This record gives sequence, structure tokens and C-alpha cells, in this order.
Amino acid sequence: MSSTIALIFIGVAVLFIIGIKFLSSPKTARYGNLVAAFGMLVALIALHKTTGDYVWSQGWNLNYTLIAVGTVLGLIIGAIGAYSVKMTAMPQMVAMFNGLGGGAAALVASLEFLRRAQGQEDVTAAITIPMLFATLIGSLSFSGSIIAYLKLEGKFEKPHTFPGQNFLNGLILLVILGLCGWLTFNATGGNAVTAFIVMFSLAVFFGIAMVMPIGGADMPVVISLLNSFTGLAVAADGFAINNLAMVVAGTLVGSSGTLLTLLMCKAMNRPVTNVLFGAFGSGGGGTVAAGGVAGTVKPIQADEAALLLAYAQRVVVVPGYGMAVAQAQHQVRELSDELGKRGVEVQFAIHPVAGRMPGHMNVLLAEANVPYDQLQEMEAINPSMDRVDVCLVIGANDVVNPAAREEKSSPIYGMPIIEADHAKTVIVMKRSMAKGFAGIENHLFYKDNTRMLFGDAKASLQALVAQVKAS
Amino acid sequence: MDTNVLFIFILAVFVGFEVISKVPSMLHTPLMSGTNAIHGIILFGGILVLADAATPLARILGFVAVVFGSANVFGGFMVTDRMLQMFKKKKK
Repeated sequence: MSSTIALIFIGVAVLFIIGIKFLSSPKTARYGNLVAAFGMLVALIALHKTTGDYVWSQGWNLNYTLIAVGTVLGLIIGAIGAYSVKMTAMPQMVAMFNGLGGGAAALVASLEFLRRAQGQEDVTAAITIPMLFATLIGSLSFSGSIIAYLKLEGKFEKPHTFPGQNFLNGLILLVILGLCGWLTFNATGGNAVTAFIVMFSLAVFFGIAMVMPIGGADMPVVISLLNSFTGLAVAADGFAINNLAMVVAGTLVGSSGTLLTLLMCKAMNRPVTNVLFGAFGSGGGGTVAAGGVAGTVKPIQADEAALLLAYAQRVVVVPGYGMAVAQAQHQVRELSDELGKRGVEVQFAIHPVAGRMPGHMNVLLAEANVPYDQLQEMEAINPSMDRVDVCLVIGANDVVNPAAREEKSSPIYGMPIIEADHAKTVIVMKRSMAKGFAGIENHLFYKDNTRMLFGDAKASLQALVAQVKAS
Repeated sequence: MDTNVLFIFILAVFVGFEVISKVPSMLHTPLMSGTNAIHGIILFGGILVLADAATPLARILGFVAVVFGSANVFGGFMVTDRMLQMFKKKKK
């Protein structure tokens, strides 16, 4: 590597790090994304082969035409995906892009492996191990992400389990690892190619088998995990084809993604192993708490709810996935503005895992122009919940369930919640008495200070806005 | 394998942990999406293997890798930007 390339490469690495750093603060996040994209552009322009040849200065041949066509095709697919997707469907889109990246990582490693298996070059374990790793992790990230995408789209959302599933998955994984072990020392010849193809297929299958038993509610954690997997696969590819930019970028994503996954699990108070192997969303364990809920459900009409809100001093809104489904974020902002005009202090309490992905609610509310200083994190708002006049719960369920605090047998026991029940009055907007993702009864709905406002969140909010204006 | 690469790898692991250790949960989704775009650098891996492809099979697989990688990197940055342009301060 010449010193010019080395300098450019250092610049690219710095741009990626600054990009991720900027992405961690609301004020600079957008620049962070642009900085990282700029880094990518620089790396593309400076792309060199392992041999040191500059990629873009060679004679144009069929391969370069294919590169140009493929890149433009991917650009079009990516742009259509990115700009046509509804804000509520963002998580799926991230899963899809991640899956494509994983697939690409697996294919790059496979091509390199097959080329070496049939070629004359020396193949050492130091080069085989990264290639096998990238193939295995990349292909399971590919198939796993597609299953995660489909689950978030509402296809087979329920976990699919059968007795001995973890055992069978473990067995498949053992076979895969066995094949990888053998291939590490027997990486050339026809047998190696056959074994490699079997390993590749099993890894794709394993990705499906790994994600199928996990419930739709846990998909954010799964996507985050698969995102870091793809990062590691890309880093391994970087080792195999000796490209430092890929090693650094992939590793940064791998380690920051792992940390992000752990942060998400911590927010749900569940160890990551429980998410991956527990098949929790099945409701199987959730039926325990169903019986003994004391109290009655008390409905409220929009006009009375509007009066409570209009004459409150402090209102806290707790949004959840129901708000996203009803596309009601603009109505929420309208209501908040109306109340603000009357001098009511309005805040939004955001549970770390509200919606389908951490930060999902923030993105939706930001889309509706709710200023982000009005958004409060769970830890910040809980201590003052008992001084809140009205807590308005919009389509949130498990994240405000006091069972997490009160009922030891509940599967969500110990999960941190927004303490909505501490407010003087709680108004819960909900379509029906259906259960949340965890599949358990919500004790909040039966509390004395809770009123239920049934109906579609968007329609109810429009009614509330009209009534608040009138009163 | 060059031990320098291993050295860089280990350092990058720590930087990756350190750089996002204090991120508010409101930015988790954009951050995940942004890092997702960064691993789209696999596009370059696709370009490098396709540039050297010698058989029809290698060209087909390399082409698919380039399309996938390209969709990952362009789509990833665009979808992240679309999320983030909504984080604006309210105009008074």
C-alpha cells in the first residue's frame, strides 16, 4: 500500500468514526450521516485492488460494465425503498437493507473461497477462517433479516416453535461448525467446493430457523443483532481480500451494533439469550397472569376527556405502537399545540422500547414536528409522574403495565415501565381490550384512576382536538 | 495475515464500543440505520471480486453481490437521512 492510499484510508476511517459520533446526538445526527456517506464516497474513489492496482484506471471490460450496471441497479432499488417506505415501516426497511448487505458479504466471501479452492494459490488457515466466517455470518444475516422483515410486515408474526427446536438448531449449528473446521484445513479441490456449498445452504437455513421462533415484538433486538453480524461479516471479508477500509467499517458496525443490542435488551430488562432462545412472545408463559386482575374497566367519552385535558396543568402523553398504526402522530401534535396555547404543560414520555424499535416513537413524533425538547425519556419523567394531572396513553400497552412492578409471576416482571398509573388521571386510548405484544392483561386498565377511550386513535384525537378548541 | 490488520481490528472494536456509549434512546433507530449503511461498504468487496471475475458463474454471483451492496449503501444512507431530517427544532 502506497503512503498516499494509506493517508486516504486513515481519512476515511476518521470520517466513519466522526459520522457515528455525530449520529449519537440529536443536534448533529443528520450531519453525521452525511459525513459517513462522504467517507464512503472517498473510499469508493480511492478503491484499490489487493495487488495495489487502482481499480478505476484499468481497461474497461465486461466486468466493469457489470459493476456499473449493478451499482446503478442497486442505487435505484435502494432509493425506491428509502423514499417510498412509510415512516411506520422504517424498521422493516432497515432489516431489508441489512439482509442485502449480509447477502453481499456472503457472496463476496464465497467467490473468493471458490476462486482459491480451484486455483493454484497457497491457501492458509489465516485466510480461510475469515472467508468461512464471512460466509456463515453473512448468509444467516441475509435469511434472518428477511424473516425479520416478513414478521414486521405481519406475516407469521407469531413465534413458530416445536419441541426440541433449540436442540435441532444446535445440531445444525454443530454440523455447520464441523464443516467449517474441516474446510479450514482442506480448502482446495472438489470436495472442498461441495462441503462449502453444503455449509452455505445450511447457514442460510440456520438464519431462518434462528429467527422463526422469535416473536414479532423482539424483532428490533434481532435486527440490531443481525446488523452487527453483517458488520462482522464485512470486516472478515476485509481480512480475506485485504481491504482495510472494510475491516474498519465492518468492525465499527459490529462492535457498536453489539452494544446497541445489549442496550435494547437492558431497556426490556431481559438478557439477550432470553430473546434469542426463550420464544417469549408466544404468550405461553403469559397466560399465568391472566386471571386475577381486580377492578373494572371504566370507559370515557371524548368530550369529558377533552375537559380533563383542557383544564389540566401538566399532561404527559405516552405514545406506543397503536399511534404508529393509526398514523395519528400529526393529530397528537395538534392536540399538544392546542393544549400548549391554553397554557397546559405537555410532555411526551418515551419508553426505550415503545413501538417496534427503540427511537421509533421519536422518529414519528419528529416527523409531525414535535420539538425534541418536549420528548422525555422514561428515567427522566418517572420521578415526577405523581405530579401529572392527566397521563394520555395512546396505543401503548406493555410499557405502562404496572404488572411489571407488582406481579412477580408476570413474564414482564422487572421490566422498567413508564409509571402512568401514578398520574392523577390516566386516559388510555385503545381500539379494544386486546392484549399487547407480551400477550398479558394490563393491570393499568383496571385501576381506579384509569378511563378508557375506545376507538381508532386518529379519530379519537380529532374529536379531542375539536372539543379542546371548543371548551 | 498481516498482524497490522489484526491490530487495527482490535482498536476498531474498542472505538465502536466507545463512540456510542452515550447515545439517547431516541436516536437508536437512526443510529442502527446509519451503521447499517456503513457496512454497505461491502459494495467495494463486490466491485473488487467482480473486477477479477473470470467465469460466468463468478460474474453472476459478483453482479448479485454488487447490486445487494449498492442497495445497502445507497438505500441505507437515504433512509437514515429521511429519518433524521425530521429531527428539527420547532420554529417559534
